[in-house]
Amino acid sequence: MTERIHVVDGTRFLARPEHRALRVLGVIGLVVLWEALGRAGAVPVLFLPSPLGVLREGWDMLRSGELLVHIGASLQRLAWGFVIGSALGIAVGVAVGFFAVAEAIGTPLIAATFPIPKIALLPLLILWLGLGEPSKIAVIALGVFFPMAINTYAGVRQADPLLIRAAVAFGAGRFSVIRKVVLPSALPMIVAGLRLAAGTALLLLVAAEMIAVESGVGFLVLHAGNIMATTKLMVGIVVLSLLGVLSHWGLGRLERALIPWRAGA
Amino acid sequence: MRVIIDRLAKTYVDRHGAAVEALSDVSLTVESQEFVALLGPSGCGKSTLLNAVAGLLPVSAGEVMFESPPSGRPLTAMVFQEFALFPWRTVQGNVEFGLEELGMAAAERGRRARVLIETTGLAGFEARYPHQLSGGMRQRVGIARALAVDPAALLMDEPFSALDAQTRQLMQEELLALWERTRTTILYVTHNIQEAVYMADRVVVLSRRPGRVLAEIDVPLKRPRTEAMQTEPGYLETVERIWSLIKDQARAALAEQ
Repeated sequence: MTERIHVVDGTRFLARPEHRALRVLGVIGLVVLWEALGRAGAVPVLFLPSPLGVLREGWDMLRSGELLVHIGASLQRLAWGFVIGSALGIAVGVAVGFFAVAEAIGTPLIAATFPIPKIALLPLLILWLGLGEPSKIAVIALGVFFPMAINTYAGVRQADPLLIRAAVAFGAGRFSVIRKVVLPSALPMIVAGLRLAAGTALLLLVAAEMIAVESGVGFLVLHAGNIMATTKLMVGIVVLSLLGVLSHWGLGRLERALIPWRAGA
Repeated sequence: MRVIIDRLAKTYVDRHGAAVEALSDVSLTVESQEFVALLGPSGCGKSTLLNAVAGLLPVSAGEVMFESPPSGRPLTAMVFQEFALFPWRTVQGNVEFGLEELGMAAAERGRRARVLIETTGLAGFEARYPHQLSGGMRQRVGIARALAVDPAALLMDEPFSALDAQTRQLMQEELLALWERTRTTILYVTHNIQEAVYMADRVVVLSRRPGRVLAEIDVPLKRPRTEAMQTEPGYLETVERIWSLIKDQARAALAEQ
């Protein structure tokens, strides 16, 4: 009989199925394990409150309005810091990316100041701007500024020279080129910068709210820790993680709205 | 309007700091309503020459002039080999680009763009983005964008060389039909001898780098051109004559790369 060798798909082990059920089960499993540990009395409630307890406490705080005050205060700081930091970051990024003079002046300055941990600047900002809101907003704005400036700069540098030449061939001047070619080219990088900045902003928010404030999620976490109200502390942490998840989701929506030409590309 | 290219030379410095002479002493005149093909082997500086005419690069010597330019119309508009469409603009937005830069009011712009979208066979695709179109459709947008500004001279840089052979053939027919109606002066860069002879009134043959004008050959074919002419003796002889002119050049270019 003639010998036959059957061809098998050698790439089979490279397939990456989605495993939807596992995704959900992982999260549920962790929460159930956590709850079970508490019920079994394995961990004292003071150190690790049960998930149901945290949920109940959160609901109570929400109904009393306490939680909303903290969230409102934090969101306000985040919003101001984000708007100021990203507006400045985008402006500087475009200038440094497009104009040779701005690049010569700007890149060494950014390279020198970028590595400074922004939290270290908080005491200095408090000295300059006082203990009130401006110093808190300023530190968040600073944290947002750098990823925005650096990403915008990179996005501007990546703009396709052919498209710039095409724009010039149709009579575009430098500001037309910036507005109609360079900025749209940089948009995907700018949105990626917003994602990076969102993480930094949340970190700095919590740090800033641990000094001389009476409201804010960071304050809630620190204060609850000080009076050993661990359940309240956990509510604060859950709220922070929800803020992170929400900003990630919101930026994803923003990306699809701002960059429709990428959809399904 | 006549386009006069007068003793143009272009030398640029490559990445290793060496001076490369792309064009050397090129003189050429394109008459009003003439369809001229610029033909040469790869790397002969024909695209450089076209970019110089469009004012998209500094020249080293000589100059480009426009004689008796029309008033109120842009002198040139360009169609690019790689289309160079703005990916964030729809078909409509791309066609309107040049009109925006001319400062035309939005309503007038929309009207003018729709006319060109119609004539280039893009009707129904106004709201599409370039990535949603085939190569042939994309270049139609490129042509519509250029024709929308009603340029005194249309500069085309190997406009169909990125397309597959069948699409290219169809697009050539379309461009010829369009040109029969508008008679816009065209300077058409190509490396394809058949295409140059089939489409142009006159073929300017450039030498290998540094590009010089080797010959200017009038195409002995009547207008309007038809596909059947590609079997006529006049066509075949002209193609043969140009091939014999640049055969050695092409061979040398092949050995060099």
